[in-house]
Amino acid sequence: MAEAKDGCVTPAKGPILKPEGQPSTPSQAYKEEPKMIAQVGKPAPDFEASAFFEGGFKSIKLSDYKGKWVILCFFPGAFTFV
Amino acid sequence: MACSTDSRFVHKIWHEEELSKMVPGGIPFPMLSDGGGKIGQVYGVYDQDAGVDIRGRFLIDPDGVIQAMEVVTPPVGRNVSEMIRQTKAFQHVRKTGEVTPSGWQPGKPTLKPGPDLAGKVWKVWKPDMAF
Repeated sequence: MAEAKDGCVTPAKGPILKPEGQPSTPSQAYKEEPKMIAQVGKPAPDFEASAFFEGGFKSIKLSDYKGKWVILCFFPGAFTFV
Repeated sequence: MACSTDSRFVHKIWHEEELSKMVPGGIPFPMLSDGGGKIGQVYGVYDQDAGVDIRGRFLIDPDGVIQAMEVVTPPVGRNVSEMIRQTKAFQHVRKTGEVTPSGWQPGKPTLKPGPDLAGKVWKVWKPDMAF
């Protein structure tokens, strides 16, 4: 867990999509309106996001979970009842 | 892992105030912040009018491939048993190459696709097995 250097705003890298013919790096994270590309049977779009985990804040990248089964659940917000 | 448009600070307080009281020991997976909904847009779950990610669930295998997805509007909660059943079914398929018929549960008969089975599924699978 990163200590001390945490600020008010941490830019989320968000979706990491490969531009045509170029290797993907976090600095090439999608800057424009992303389009839906998630499809069953196709690679899950990679992303990096700041997260709350095990009592602290850390950055989580989907592709770091290669080799494991992952369930990714989106929800409308904290305290939303159901 | 879970993901919403809330900040990580909101996740922390929700965890402290409510979730840790529902789940002994706290939530064992990361709660991700998708400010602006860009990740949600790529996954097709971002509601632009409300500015939030709606309830979408994606099962991703060890190769990083999406095997299943379910997206529902906010007022209806998920069925976690079905999510676990699907996960076990995909794990079984990945391990054995067999396929699982409708309503399959761990331990129940699977199917081995091939010419011998074509047109003969009725012999080994009955509609009441779907429930």
